[in-house]
Parts: sequence; C-alpha cells; structure tokens
Amino acid sequence: MTTPLIKLENVTINAPTKRTRKSNVDDVSQHTVLVNKVSFEVASGEVLAIIGPNGAGKSTLLNTIAGDHEYTGLIEIDGLQASPKARARQLAVLPQLSLLNFPYRVSEVVGLSRIPHSTGQQRDAEIVQEALALMDISFLSERLYTELSGGEKQRVQLARVFAQIWRAQDAANATRVLLLDEPTAALDLGHQHQLMRAIRTLAQQGVSVIMVLHDINLAARYADKALALLCSERLAFGTINEVISEENIHSLFDVDVHIAEHPVHKSPVVIGL
Amino acid sequence: MKTIAPNRQFKRRVLFISASLLLPISFLMALAFGTITIAFSDTLTSLIGVVSNKDLLSRADLVIQEIRLPRALLSAIVGALLGICGATTQGLFRNPLADPSLIGVTAGASAGAALTIFFASSLSAITSANLLGLSGLGLVSLGAFTGGAIAVIIVYSLATNHQGTSVATMLLAGIAITAVAGSLTNILEFFGNEEMLRRISLWRMGGLDGASYSRVLLAAVIGAVILVILPRFSTALNALLLGESEARHLGLSVQSIKIKLVLLVAAGVGTSVALAGTIAFVGLIVPHMVRLIIGPDHRYLLSVSALAGACLLLLSDTVARTIVSPIELPVGVVTAILGAPFFISLLRRRHEFGIR
Repeated sequence: MTTPLIKLENVTINAPTKRTRKSNVDDVSQHTVLVNKVSFEVASGEVLAIIGPNGAGKSTLLNTIAGDHEYTGLIEIDGLQASPKARARQLAVLPQLSLLNFPYRVSEVVGLSRIPHSTGQQRDAEIVQEALALMDISFLSERLYTELSGGEKQRVQLARVFAQIWRAQDAANATRVLLLDEPTAALDLGHQHQLMRAIRTLAQQGVSVIMVLHDINLAARYADKALALLCSERLAFGTINEVISEENIHSLFDVDVHIAEHPVHKSPVVIGL
Repeated sequence: MKTIAPNRQFKRRVLFISASLLLPISFLMALAFGTITIAFSDTLTSLIGVVSNKDLLSRADLVIQEIRLPRALLSAIVGALLGICGATTQGLFRNPLADPSLIGVTAGASAGAALTIFFASSLSAITSANLLGLSGLGLVSLGAFTGGAIAVIIVYSLATNHQGTSVATMLLAGIAITAVAGSLTNILEFFGNEEMLRRISLWRMGGLDGASYSRVLLAAVIGAVILVILPRFSTALNALLLGESEARHLGLSVQSIKIKLVLLVAAGVGTSVALAGTIAFVGLIVPHMVRLIIGPDHRYLLSVSALAGACLLLLSDTVARTIVSPIELPVGVVTAILGAPFFISLLRRRHEFGIR
C-alpha cells in the first residue's frame, strides 16, 4: 500500500453560524454539525465513492475538501500548492448543480477549464477536443450550451472538469485530484458506465478521484474504496467488500437487501428485497 | 466533422470591424445634423480646422467647435461607458437582464449627486459657479459614484446567494432602491432653495445638452481608466458565468474580483449620471445585441459593447436633436423609446436564458 495522497483526520464541519438572537447554545450545537469527526485516506490513482442517504453530509464533505468551507481537524493533500492558480491545475471540482445560462458554445464551456493554465491556445484547443471525445460529445462541440438537455449539459461539465487536470505535467508534483458530486445524476445507463470507464482511465494515469454516488452498484463496480456517511458521521470506510454489506445498507437506507456477486466482475451487487 | 467555430470567430471580426467603422460615421453624423444641417465635406473641413487650431470664421465652424463637438465627444464616451458597464453588470450578476438603470444603480448615483449638489451649494465656501467647473463636476461625480456603489452593493447582497442571482429579487431590490433614492432626491428638492432646486431638477432631466469641454475632459479621464481596466477582467467574468464557487475552483480570487468590478461599474455609471443624467437601457440593449451575435465571451463582448454603446448614443442623440427640430428631446427619451419594447421582448423570452 502506497502512502496516502489525500488524508482526512477527524474532520468536523459546522454550519456557518448565523447570529441568532435567541441563542440556545446546547440546541444549536446539536443542529449545526454537518460532518462529525470523519477520517479516511485515498491513495494516488485510487477512486473513492461516498455513499449515504440524503442530507448525510456527503456534498458538504466534498466541498470542504475543495476548500469551500471552514472545518476543524486535518485535511492533507500531498503536494497540493498554496496559490489558488497552481492549486486549480491540480484539483478540479464538479458541482452537483450547474447554473450556467449564457449561450456559450460547448467548446467554449470546456475551454474555461484552461483558465488557470498557460499552455497556449493551440494546446488548450487540443485538450478541449480530447476531453470532449472522452465524454463522447465531440458532436456537440459547436452547439449552444443553453440548448442542450440536462444529461448533455452534465457531460459537458464533466469534460470541463476533466480538461482542467488533463495532463500530469501541468500539475505541480503531478498531484491531480477530481472531486465529483453526483456525476451520474442526469446520465442514461450507457453514459453512466461510459463515464465510470473514463474515470477509471484517469485513475490509471494517477488521478485520485472522490465522488458522491447514489447508485451503490455503480460504486461497487468501479470504485476502489467506499465511505458510508450516516447522519454526519462515518458509518464505514474501507474496500468495497468491507463497506457494502447487507447490514450497512440497511443502516444507511433502511431497506432490506440481498447482496449477490456480479457474474462477470465478482463485485457485490445490491438487490432490493 | 463539421465545425462552426470559425463562424463565431468570423462574426466577431466582422462585428468588431463594422462597429469600429460605424463609430466615426456616427460621430460625423452627430456633427453634421442638427437645427442647421452642415454638409459632410464642410463638417470634415471644420473638424480638421478645430483639430489643427486654425482660425474659425464660418458659422458652421463655430457651431461644430462650440456646440456639437463637445456634445458628440461626451455622447461617445458616455455611450461607451454605459455599454461596457452594462456588459460587466450582466456578467457579474450572471444575468442578461441586469442593467444599471433597472437595478437602482442609476437612481443611487442620482441621489448621491443630488446630495452633493445640495450640500455643496449649502456650504458658502463653495460658490455655485464652482459646481459647473471641473472641480465641481468632479465632486458631483464622486457623489454619484458613492451613491451608485452603495446601490449596487445592496442589490447584489440582497439578490445573490451561492446559487447565483435571483432576477425577481434583483428587480424588486432595484425598485426599492430607486424609490428610496428618488424620495431622498425629492426631499432635497423640497428643502433646497430655488437655486438648488433649479440645479437639481435641470440636472436630473439629464441629457447631453450641457456638454462642455470640461465635462468632456472629466469623462475622458475616468472613461479611459475604466475602458482600459475593465477588459482585464474578461477571463474572470467568463469564469464567473459558471458560478462563484466554480470560478474559485478555477483559481480566481472571486471576492476581490467582485469588489473591484462593483467599484468600476459604480465609477462608470456614476460618471455618466453626473455628466449626462439618467440615460436608460443603453447598458441593457447594447451588450445583449452584441451577445446575440458573437456570444458571451467577455474578451470580445466588453470592447464591442463599448464601441456599439458609443455608436448607439451618438445616433440616439442625433435623432433627439433633429426629430422635432428646433426643439431638442432629452436623449434619455429616445433610448427609453428604443429600449422599453426591447426589454419587454426579453422578458417574454426569459425562459431562453434559463431565468428563474
């Protein structure tokens, strides 16, 4: 086992404190903890899936790793640069919801990912085309983003995020991290698998991926590790086989399931009872 | 694989060139047309005469030098400022309906300027003559800038959360600020003496008929600064359209960029309000039309919007001066007549912008 690239120790995230006039300290402290003492590690080139019910703190945890929230505890990403621009060449984030409503062309949206880089127009255009090809949307290249369907927009945003950390040589220490919040949410079955294969391709090149997924079977099939969050706390963390058990799934989602073995890939398959 | 990419690139070039060509043409038209029409050839001769400081003899020379040239210069600068500030505001709010005059910035600037006029006139140390001079104008501009900045900060913080700007809240906040600023100006008029009243109400009506070389000088200095600095934020504005956290993840210091943009827009709109009064809709129509043709990339949008804004205001003012000649309409009336139907058509098609 190699040394961890991303390391979280006892990370606690509180909701941004609002100045409340009627301050009931005990009451507030119970309600404002979004993530409570979560620890985990991800190695270089590893894919981690975060699973758990709605409101468990998955997105908050992801955004905190991205640097959006205050936290206590330790978040360490080996080799991550301090300057925002150098950091943006190492770490890319796909938000859950995209709000772009200006009529950019698809290639222009993906091209925005090259803002932190200074690799030149020619090279940037090549990378944009490669990222579009990886997401199977080369044919959308010159369409207006605002005219696309939800799933197509999602794939454009994914291509944008991939293009941001496309080449190891652009990132200091070759540290590259992808944080994806529900990347498969709007995608059809075929493109869900196509995306996961793309993520595996990037992982093979040394990119560490942390993604929030709702589809347990997709996580089981493509991720190396899983982190189960329940009510702001870590329920389980480890390899897929360790985390995805009938007992854990029942605790997480309050449904009875049977766990079978995938006929081809031998990964666990969750079947609702 | 078919690509339409050269198409947009081509349109950008064509639009940039045609706007650059239209500007001197509109400028010449503004000089040639008016209560008396001067032939283009004579206009050119006069203009060359003015520039080369020759002795001016004919009536046409005087009309151009003393009246039309400062007015045309002021129109061009104010139009460019309104165009580029409109484009910036829309990018900053991530919203194609954000226009300085609709969201209360113009009204805030007006109130700031009225306050300055009121207190400057009250202080006997500053004589009323000074308010018309360069330093007085500078003072009024500073007041307008402060008022505009306060308005834009209030609207932005009310209407924007991490998900972007809500149009409804933004327009409502604009109404509220316009009402507050308007009543403040009214109170000042109520308590002001006759001299102040006359000054504030004359100034409130706006229009470019007060153009003088001192106004042109002030506009040129502030305009040059803004027209040079704002395009440096093109890439930042491009990224901001994705969303604030997305822009941050692209390595931009969003908070400081936002503050700088707000101050620059307030300075631009404040200056234009202080020198030419309220001219509505230029900041809305111009960037929108430009965006329809060349897309939202601010690297091109900002400069072309400035050019097109200058052309639009020059032509509107020429129309305002000539349509019921010898009476001059305020240019704001013309831009409002052009702009209001345009704004309504935008509202009807708001779903195309994904506006909530």
